Amino acid sequence: MITIKNLTKKFNKFIALNNVNLSFSQGEAIALIGPNGCGKTTLIKSILGLNVVKSGTIEVLNNDISNNYTYRENIGYMPQIGRYPENMTIEQTINMIIEARNVPKNQLDLELLEAYQLESIYSKKMSTLSGGTTQKVSAVLAFLFHPKIIILDEPTAGLDPLAAEILKNKIIKEKNNGKLIIITSHLLSELDDIISQVVFIKEGTVIFHQSVDDLKKNTASSKISEAIINVLKSNNHE
Amino acid sequence: MNRIIRFIVFDIIKNKIVLFYTILLFIISWSVLGIETNYTKSILSLLNVVLLVVPLVSVVFSTIYVYNSNQFIELLLSQPVPRSKIWLSMFLGLSSALSFAFIIGCGLPILIYSSIEIGFSLVISGVFLSIIFTAIAMLAAILSKDKAKGIGLAIFCWLFFTIIYDGIMLLAIFQFSDYPIEKLVAIVAALNPIDLSRIFVLLQLDVSAMLGYTGAIFTSLFGSTKGIVLSFVVLLFWVIVPFVYSLVKFKRKDL
Repeated sequence: MITIKNLTKKFNKFIALNNVNLSFSQGEAIALIGPNGCGKTTLIKSILGLNVVKSGTIEVLNNDISNNYTYRENIGYMPQIGRYPENMTIEQTINMIIEARNVPKNQLDLELLEAYQLESIYSKKMSTLSGGTTQKVSAVLAFLFHPKIIILDEPTAGLDPLAAEILKNKIIKEKNNGKLIIITSHLLSELDDIISQVVFIKEGTVIFHQSVDDLKKNTASSKISEAIINVLKSNNHE
Repeated sequence: MNRIIRFIVFDIIKNKIVLFYTILLFIISWSVLGIETNYTKSILSLLNVVLLVVPLVSVVFSTIYVYNSNQFIELLLSQPVPRSKIWLSMFLGLSSALSFAFIIGCGLPILIYSSIEIGFSLVISGVFLSIIFTAIAMLAAILSKDKAKGIGLAIFCWLFFTIIYDGIMLLAIFQFSDYPIEKLVAIVAALNPIDLSRIFVLLQLDVSAMLGYTGAIFTSLFGSTKGIVLSFVVLLFWVIVPFVYSLVKFKRKDL
């Protein structure tokens, strides 16, 4: 579904992504893992077209994304820090996105909206919301249009345990529906039940891209967190 | 497209600054037009105020608005909406809101207390200046990531066209007064949108005789139909060039 070839992204002289080659297919849940500032968010923003790709190509559903915008119909995106127009209410924000997408109301996925009971605080302004509630709005928007690809950047950071659990179950459900899930997180323990593949990025370079089973087998560990830590340790020894 | 423009226009109206601007323009126009019984003279007085206030408010308000809309732009860009559409909607929303404010604030008093025949050129100039300085503001906002820098740049543009440009021209006229530079001066003056608006209104009011010899050159250069067409071309140029340049910049921007 997503193919990335020779992607290099520079911010002035700083190289954020260095010759990245990746391929993600349907029904997978991919975890992007790496230290802070390693280029995870840059990679996600490049896929979304928020960062302009000058070197290399990204294909989403076999369409080159440069000079194209319709491919974003298939993507639901939950940003790390949701930044919303401050003097809009939750209702106005959600309605504006629905109008921008032009999707009829009966074709929306309202499951998370109901689970988070956002309708009861519909008239609150975005600027008055806590970080966690803002994240809930972001999560609702990411799943609202039944996208084929769901990109979640640090989804559970700031959510309370109950809300995080609801989101996690939703992610697993959508993955089983054959959606492609891309997720970045530092909380390795909670990725265990969700993901099927791991991409490890360091300083803008992809260190490895493996399925979870292979990774566990190679490192002789039972959990993803253990496996990653084992890899990191052996990397440091080299 | 319409939905995004509609949204931006409503957002600007809710902002109240544009409402305040409309009321301010209305009070200025009403008082200036009320003092003078001679329509032509009163329009001329109003012209000087309009040429100062309209570009300043348009350029500062638009720049700040674009910076404050960063989040809105980011949110829409992660949706299937093309970049050019967002930027164009922003431009159309801002310029139509500011033009509308000007038409209500200045056009209405002219219609009531003066004659629309005499004031028509002033209304046209004011609308053009609103649009031109919105375009310049959007360019200033995209050229700098830092808000304070961008607003500074926008205010400098206003200062340049209002004061510095004329100052440089006056200096040049004094320096080269021995040479036949009248035609050149007229052309250079016409390249500045604010000066061009002033010339345009003066010619329509038929008071260019007040400007003496230079006025005669203005009349011969701009008085004809060809001159009016040329003025419109120059004003359109000032709308299109800054906007298209800012659009090109916006399309390449990393958010």
